[in-house]
Amino acid sequence: MRGAVAKLIAQRVGLGLLLLFAVSLLIFVGTQILPGDVAQSILGQTATPQALANLREKLGLNEPAYMRYLSWLGGVVTGDLGTSLTSGQNIAATIGPRLKNTLFLAGVAAIIAVPLAILLGLLAVRFRGRWPDKLISGATLASISLPEFFIGYLLIYFVAVKLGWFTSVSTVYDGMGFGARLNAVALPAATLTLVVLAHMMRMTRAAILNVMQSAYIETAELKGLSQFRVILRHAFPNAIAPIVNVVMLNLAYLVVGVVVVEVIFVYPGMGQFLVDHVAKRDVPVVQAAGLIFAAVFIGLNIVADVVSILANPRLRHPR
Amino acid sequence: MAEPTALLDVRDLKIGATVYAPGEPPEDITIVHGVSFTLEKGRVLGLIGESGAGKSTIGLASMAYGRGGVRITGGEVYLNGRDILKVGPRGLRRLRSNEVAYVAQSAAASFNPALKLMDQVVEAVLAHGKSGRRAVEARARELFAKLKLPNPDTFGDRYPHQVSGGQLQRAMTAMALACKPDLIVFDEPTTALDVTTQIGVLAAIKDAIRDEGVAALYITHDLAVVAQVSDEIMVLRHGRMVEHGDTRQIIEAPREDYTRALVSVREIEHEAKQPGDAPVLAARKIGAAYSGSLKVLHDVSVEVYPGQTIAVVGESGSGKSTLARVITGLLPPSEGRIEFAGRTLSPALSGRSKDDLRELQMVYQMADVAMNPRQTVAQIIGRPLEFYFGLKGAEKRQRIAELLDEIEMGKGFADRYPAELSGGQKQRVCIARALAAKPKLIICDEVTSALDPLIADGILKLLLDLQKVEGVAYLFITHDLATVKAIADSIAVMHQGKVVRYGPKDQVLSPPFDAYTEMLLASVPEMHLGWLEQAIERTRMKPAGH
Repeated sequence: MRGAVAKLIAQRVGLGLLLLFAVSLLIFVGTQILPGDVAQSILGQTATPQALANLREKLGLNEPAYMRYLSWLGGVVTGDLGTSLTSGQNIAATIGPRLKNTLFLAGVAAIIAVPLAILLGLLAVRFRGRWPDKLISGATLASISLPEFFIGYLLIYFVAVKLGWFTSVSTVYDGMGFGARLNAVALPAATLTLVVLAHMMRMTRAAILNVMQSAYIETAELKGLSQFRVILRHAFPNAIAPIVNVVMLNLAYLVVGVVVVEVIFVYPGMGQFLVDHVAKRDVPVVQAAGLIFAAVFIGLNIVADVVSILANPRLRHPR
Repeated sequence: MAEPTALLDVRDLKIGATVYAPGEPPEDITIVHGVSFTLEKGRVLGLIGESGAGKSTIGLASMAYGRGGVRITGGEVYLNGRDILKVGPRGLRRLRSNEVAYVAQSAAASFNPALKLMDQVVEAVLAHGKSGRRAVEARARELFAKLKLPNPDTFGDRYPHQVSGGQLQRAMTAMALACKPDLIVFDEPTTALDVTTQIGVLAAIKDAIRDEGVAALYITHDLAVVAQVSDEIMVLRHGRMVEHGDTRQIIEAPREDYTRALVSVREIEHEAKQPGDAPVLAARKIGAAYSGSLKVLHDVSVEVYPGQTIAVVGESGSGKSTLARVITGLLPPSEGRIEFAGRTLSPALSGRSKDDLRELQMVYQMADVAMNPRQTVAQIIGRPLEFYFGLKGAEKRQRIAELLDEIEMGKGFADRYPAELSGGQKQRVCIARALAAKPKLIICDEVTSALDPLIADGILKLLLDLQKVEGVAYLFITHDLATVKAIADSIAVMHQGKVVRYGPKDQVLSPPFDAYTEMLLASVPEMHLGWLEQAIERTRMKPAGH
């Protein structure tokens, strides 16, 4: 009886791993066809052909592509992401703190945005067609229509400069206290929240309204239950699958799409790191960052699938 | 105006709605035109009428509820002495479940799929703060037992999809009774069930409302059913009361013509024809399975003779619609073959010739969804004329007009859209579309089950007349034995994918019976008082079945 669900979940996880493998191949091929030569860009235009050849040899650039892919993949599986071409440092060690910072920022934004979006969605359904619904829809639409850099600068201008509540530059460093860290990411987190709120809130509203057409909602109303109880207890559990899917897409965006926000607030996260190294043509770092982003994206979507499966009582409790 | 003393006192109730017809400005219509009645404590009033009569609307209005855009535009509804149209949303919440509860037609859709049955049954009682969880659950288990649900102690731990339709309908009755209301509105509670399931549910509901002393509004379109459970009956038509009296008077001495028509319905005379020499269709030892493994037909053999009707009877899940899918080629059989007009048909649709397709037509249960809503009647009927015979222009129009005459509608309907037709008219257009192909055999899949009895009778008479004129054979799939008696020349009774009884009508419907056919025949409600008790006595059904 539990077997069916376990099988479905195992299937999803298996598919996710397969997808991740395919993505790794794609990333590798993609970075190989990038124009330019790493050795050339490291040594500059004035380098002698001999020096270039030596460097290529040292970097393993003369090996056939599939050999380089396999050795790269082997390294990734064992936790070794390789060495940065430009700094010569271990990538896993440099990327680690950056990833932690990005996950921290995304986590703070998610903890605010997800419950807020769902609550606003529930409220919009409760007061459907009346002014709270229109206010919520209008405000969230406005916030999604503004580009995120614009929201960021607005917040910096009013909250940081005028009111002086938070700093405009979100510097974090090792050994910083949790409270201080929270303080530092307040503005970028608020910006991200405003960006992802509308999408999740509107999906929550639409999914619940869809369920509200069902006969069992009429049953609940005719039982004399309060409107909010009907929405929360009878409609919401049946709308979880579509809501979770949108929530997970937005969470993924919080991790992989924060480049602009990180740049605005000078936050030392993955986004900035990636942009820097693309500019320097540091292929191993770009590959590693791409793979991490892909893993986050696929992982969150697997979570969405699994939650959808678990939310279906027909799958959880077969006949 | 006199003080209301009855439990429910409805005075001059008027109900309206706004309809949004495509391409036209919204229009306010009246659904119920001033209906009045009273109901005393512990009595059961049957509301009967065809679809559109306003019976469900009145039922819901006694809970001060309007479905969709329906609103109560006038009159008073006194429940326990106060006008519930004036108590406000908070007051309504308090009296729903406590004083009046609702049992819906489709319990399968009316239970929340995400919650356990017990949680849903006790929810209203807990929300109203009437008693503690332990006490309510104990009462729920008592009610489960009273309604003869299997394993009443653990029944509530299951989810809606884990129990059958008949059980859900009983559970919904238990849910309504859990709060000890004074009045329950039953809205077609057994209409969606098979007859053999219906009889048990009906008996359980009847016993439960009598034991609990609760009053009820029992809404149905089936006079034979309502005659079994109600003390009095009100007949409704087009939102007006036609007749209101006690059950015996309505059934045995109806005063109004319309009531008489309802009572005497199903008296089509049909003399069964003898089988001819060569069958037009012969299914030989058909076996069929879905998705490779789930076998749904076993060794099914039936024959249909030209110009005759075979009725395939059975409950849901008996395999009768699957048989139709096999014959039409939609589901190639795993065993056996189909002979049609002297040739063997290709098992799969793709291997059949255009003439094979033309000579074997289908009419479906839901005429609504069997027609393209964006095509006119002329386009719908004209399509097979073009496709099979290449008719065009004046010739085609002429043939369409003939067909419309044949189905007793006239060419005035040619430019109408399906949405502008009534249910019966839609089904007639579907029949005309099938006839347009000049078929040898029409498969009619529950063609009258979605229709009101009087309309259904009209369709059956039309089919019989067309058969005389066109000489077409019918394979008539139905769960309704009254329909079978009216139309069939021979009958095949199906049960669990097998034909359990097969032969000419008179022989199949005469004793000695096999056990299943006997139970099926005994389960068909008959329009006389006390039938339910006699039938239960006769069949001594296992009450917890289904």
